[in-house]
Amino acid sequence: MALIVAGGGDAVSTSVGVVTGLAGRFAAIRGGFGRRVVIALPYAWLAVFFLVPFLIVLKIAFSNIQLSMPPVEPVLTWTADHVLQLRVHFSNFTFVFGDRLYLAAFVNSLQVAGVSTLFALLIGYPMAYGIARAPGTWRNILFLLVVLPFFTSFLLRVYAWMGLLGRSGPINALLMYLGITHEPVQLLQTDFAVYLGMVYSYLPFMVLPLYSAIEKLDLTLLEAAADLGCRPTKAFFTITLPLTKEGIYAGCLLVFIPAVGEYVIPALLGGPDTLMIGRVVWDEFFGNRDWPVASALAIMLLLILSGFVLLLQRVQAQEAEA
Amino acid sequence: MNDRRSFFVLTMLVFGFAFLYLPIVAMVIYSFNASRLVTVWDSANSPTLAWYVELFKNTQIMDAAKLSFRIASVNATGAVILGTLAAFALERYRRFRGRALFGLLTTAPMVLPEVITGLSLLLLFVALEQAVGWPHGRGSTTITIAHMTFSMAYAIVVIQARLATVDRSLEEAAMDLGARPWKVFVVITLPLIASAIASAWVLAFILSWDDIVITSFVSGPGSTTLPQLVFSKVRLGVSPDINALATILVLIVSVAVVVAGTYMMRRDRRRMRDAQAALGATG
Repeated sequence: MALIVAGGGDAVSTSVGVVTGLAGRFAAIRGGFGRRVVIALPYAWLAVFFLVPFLIVLKIAFSNIQLSMPPVEPVLTWTADHVLQLRVHFSNFTFVFGDRLYLAAFVNSLQVAGVSTLFALLIGYPMAYGIARAPGTWRNILFLLVVLPFFTSFLLRVYAWMGLLGRSGPINALLMYLGITHEPVQLLQTDFAVYLGMVYSYLPFMVLPLYSAIEKLDLTLLEAAADLGCRPTKAFFTITLPLTKEGIYAGCLLVFIPAVGEYVIPALLGGPDTLMIGRVVWDEFFGNRDWPVASALAIMLLLILSGFVLLLQRVQAQEAEA
Repeated sequence: MNDRRSFFVLTMLVFGFAFLYLPIVAMVIYSFNASRLVTVWDSANSPTLAWYVELFKNTQIMDAAKLSFRIASVNATGAVILGTLAAFALERYRRFRGRALFGLLTTAPMVLPEVITGLSLLLLFVALEQAVGWPHGRGSTTITIAHMTFSMAYAIVVIQARLATVDRSLEEAAMDLGARPWKVFVVITLPLIASAIASAWVLAFILSWDDIVITSFVSGPGSTTLPQLVFSKVRLGVSPDINALATILVLIVSVAVVVAGTYMMRRDRRRMRDAQAALGATG
């Protein structure tokens, strides 16, 4: 399926249009030369290396695969009689929608990210609570201990689980020692390992916003509740939990969003049948060299995530105001 | 406080930190294991430093580490320069045309899946090469550009947070005394945000040093970074020299974080003492 639009010389490619539009915008920035440079330099960098690339992805998502380098058919071409021709193919999207595999990859990614986020919250909330309520020096030490893994290599921390979960690894040794099983259990290259890796890798992202929300909580409210005869459990659910909900939202989004598109964890800990969209995009691009389908998948992933990203921005803006 | 509840919180703290640290501890212990099988302890010949010796003799790993170090340093410096400008624009010039888009562009690279950022940057480099002949092929230049684009977003967050707490009356006073804006920035603002710029530099360095997905998209045949090499090795299974490498990296980071942490705690305590002394003097 192809849609061909041909126009005269007035048709301009989208990327060029955006760049000239932004250039006009820079020129319109009021104020002195210094101020203009301060704004324009990072703005131009992000426009060229972050915004324009997306327009190219969008363009390639609507083109056809072809045997060349780059392996895509040009969307915009000049015909012999100097007419700019725009050829748009929807085939990549119909292909993606038509294939069960891609749909399953999207659904599975959302599920893995969702369940991992829930577990990270269940483990992270009591941890954040404990850190925020710990006495002075301890609080600083525990806080540093949460931050520390963030600074050690993500890749190597995922790798650490490969040793632990392996057939001859210590977890299997323990299971056999306890007599729970008589021969090693397949733990590595399973969905279980992917969930474990996700919760493990993203736990600090959950704990940090929760910690700052719980730390800000006014303790006199809890004292007042206790004086009025409120039981601690009830006080937790009616006071602490609602007042820290901003931290909960921020933490959940910070775990969920990157987890949906995660590549390294399913590639190292998951089995060959662990379908996740980040891995599918990677395989389409590097394995099948199908740039248009990889681009179409990336655009769809972007559309799914953009809602969550906007939500995160709103939560963080609210937090900044509070 | 309710005893049962504090017991629960304490249990979760112990469990949570054990969960975070046991894999790292296990990795460190296994790096001294003589057995090539990594997780099967060879008690006759262990502990041994054999894998560390092998690691330093492996020129492939050493070359990749050097390349990663170079890219990470250049990236961190560039990201901090652009990040300081952007943070200044967002914090001080509150209103300018296109600010909303600018705000979005500065936060989006942090949350977008790396496969999307990597794919889009590669397509840009390919399109640019076709259109203007630059960049010629892909290698450390394209990797550095890609890393700067996403790590500058983190630099902005760190620097902007510090900039927001700077007392503006100092800048205004300097301005009133006739200092030019750039001089105010260099003499007043820059020293005040120096520690944030340093943290942003370290953060940008680590993000680049550790990146695998974006790097894989934008790197060329001649440039293999350390994470790329590690990734291709561990995909085939656990490898003892990678445990040794991980141990060294964990050690460096731990020492750095502990030093920075104690420094900050001391500084906070000193500030509190100074504040109390000041209050005592006025009272």
